[in-house]
Amino acid sequence: MVNLLEFQGKEMFRKYNIPVPNGRLLKSENEIKKLDDPSVLKVQVPTGHRGKSGGISIVKTLTEACKALENMQKMSFDGFSPKGFLLEDMVKHTSEIYISISLDRGRRSPVLIASSRGGVDIENVPKGKIVTFNLNQLIGIPNYVKRQLLKDLGLKETLSGELYSLIDRLWSLYKNEDAELVEINPLAVTENGLIALDSKISIDDDSLFRHKELSPDLGTDPLEIKAKKEGIAFVRLDGDIGLIANGAGLTMATIDQIALLGGKAGDFLDLGGTDDPAKVAKAIELVAESNPKTVLINVFGGVTKADTVANGIVLAVKAIKPRFKIFVRLNGFNAEKGKKLLTANGIKAFSEMGEAVSAVVLASKKV
Amino acid sequence: MSVLLDKNTKVIVQGITGHQGEFHTKAMLELGTKIVAGVTPGKGGTIISGIKVYDDVKTAVDFTGANASVVFVPAPFTRDAVLEAIDAGIKLLVIITEHVPSHDMIDLLLYARMNGATIIGPNCPGIAVPGIGKLGIIPNSVLKKGRIGIISRSGTLTYEIVNSVSVAGLGESTVIGMGGDKVPGTDFVDALKLFKDDGDTDAIILVGEIGGGAEEEAATFVKWNIKKPVVGFIAGIYAPSGKRMGHAGAIISGNTGTAESKINAFKSAGIEVAKNPDEVAVLLKRKIKR
Repeated sequence: MVNLLEFQGKEMFRKYNIPVPNGRLLKSENEIKKLDDPSVLKVQVPTGHRGKSGGISIVKTLTEACKALENMQKMSFDGFSPKGFLLEDMVKHTSEIYISISLDRGRRSPVLIASSRGGVDIENVPKGKIVTFNLNQLIGIPNYVKRQLLKDLGLKETLSGELYSLIDRLWSLYKNEDAELVEINPLAVTENGLIALDSKISIDDDSLFRHKELSPDLGTDPLEIKAKKEGIAFVRLDGDIGLIANGAGLTMATIDQIALLGGKAGDFLDLGGTDDPAKVAKAIELVAESNPKTVLINVFGGVTKADTVANGIVLAVKAIKPRFKIFVRLNGFNAEKGKKLLTANGIKAFSEMGEAVSAVVLASKKV
Repeated sequence: MSVLLDKNTKVIVQGITGHQGEFHTKAMLELGTKIVAGVTPGKGGTIISGIKVYDDVKTAVDFTGANASVVFVPAPFTRDAVLEAIDAGIKLLVIITEHVPSHDMIDLLLYARMNGATIIGPNCPGIAVPGIGKLGIIPNSVLKKGRIGIISRSGTLTYEIVNSVSVAGLGESTVIGMGGDKVPGTDFVDALKLFKDDGDTDAIILVGEIGGGAEEEAATFVKWNIKKPVVGFIAGIYAPSGKRMGHAGAIISGNTGTAESKINAFKSAGIEVAKNPDEVAVLLKRKIKR
């Protein structure tokens, strides 16, 4: 998923005519120059709970604003450094609402969730204070749902027009932008109407071919970024056994087996379907960069043939001359062919997953 | 009788002229699958592995009476390809393509239901009925005719388990590889409903993984509706929270979607859970004997 930062989300809100406070994006305190009214300074990071961690500050003077920004610039939020700062007008309001449209995996359909108790994590709102409407992707949001929502949120009839059009705009955004979540929390209720004080939008990364202006979220780990650029599914873990397997399920199951036998995998690397030995070699080089004590390659041949993997292993061993020992398990399509090739190159290959995992766990403890 | 696929299933391959489409068409034919046509817009008239290619699905269906399709079309064009197939009267669609947008899948799922069609996938190995054929990419070498129904969210892990079931001498009635996406066309409960009254299936294997709540729902369904022995396996016990483990759907968010929750749900529904893929066949053999 591509998680938009608050200011990106608010830009999107503007595009859909969802009201947001006046504000500007800053990179440093030098850009502030002047401050006419008390404002809110908010750090832009891809993580929540900014209020609690000192990432949101109410500033009354220019000096205060500069100081607050300087402070935040030095801070880290869940490991993320600031990607900018949003300086916004304060919005006087009487109450705060929560409203979102998201993809409900269980129902394989969208769901609208709202609460009159906005401004806090929806997880912390009592169940009785949350209203949920199951939606149909092809129908959208019926008027009766909007009327019900006005009542449930305790809003005055004078706000009905504003609420109804806001809901329609949220729905358009959800549909047109391939959103998996579009959330306003809080949505401020003011004398002049409804204003989105925050934004949280997640876009399906498989839809980016029709949203060229967005770029995929690569994360922060340099090795994970490198893998993503190579088109390899890789997640760094905290163990010392480097792991390569084919298929996400088999890779996860191998991590579990390693742990159940007392070892610890250092990564999740799913080779996926490939008939290119060079891609296999690249995967081994990638795992080598995470400094494993030993490496396990667990392959069940199918779309990815076992001998393709064997070829890739031989390539990689010649290229990087690894200091760690590689344990290989080949089974399935062309396994015998692959094993012969490995044996000829002095690499032993197991047939059974259990044997290979036991061997690699044992070896990792000896190193 | 088998599930979804039988000897009357006539299959078209959408995207047959691509690398994957061509390769797997050959394998499907080798297993005896009745492939009657291929479809690739602009490539009509071509012959692939002896199969005639048409420009559009409607013409292919008119000439051949096809009622099922395997889709290898690239993700940006999958939505349109599937809509075209449903409009042409195709009732069973297996989408192999990876990275189909979630919103496209929600649309397609609703449209399929409106038209009485079933979708398997996307990003899936597809289905296989040993002795009849297969729609998808499950390797022929692991399959063996038998009486075990297998439902899985994984690809390779499914092959691994199918293989161990075959090697154990049991064999499969139908294998359904649903894929690991967030919005699968068919989920565990949909598939369980098919196996429930299938006279050719004596026992069922559920292969799940972290993310979402489909295994928990499956457990509830099994508890109240399935009398046949059911054995399970869950991958991702040691997967970290908040990280996508390869599959789009394999992610623990907060406290939901953990392996622990799924294993507990299985156990409380009387589904024995194997500790490793090989143990699945062992547990199953023991259960059937009882």
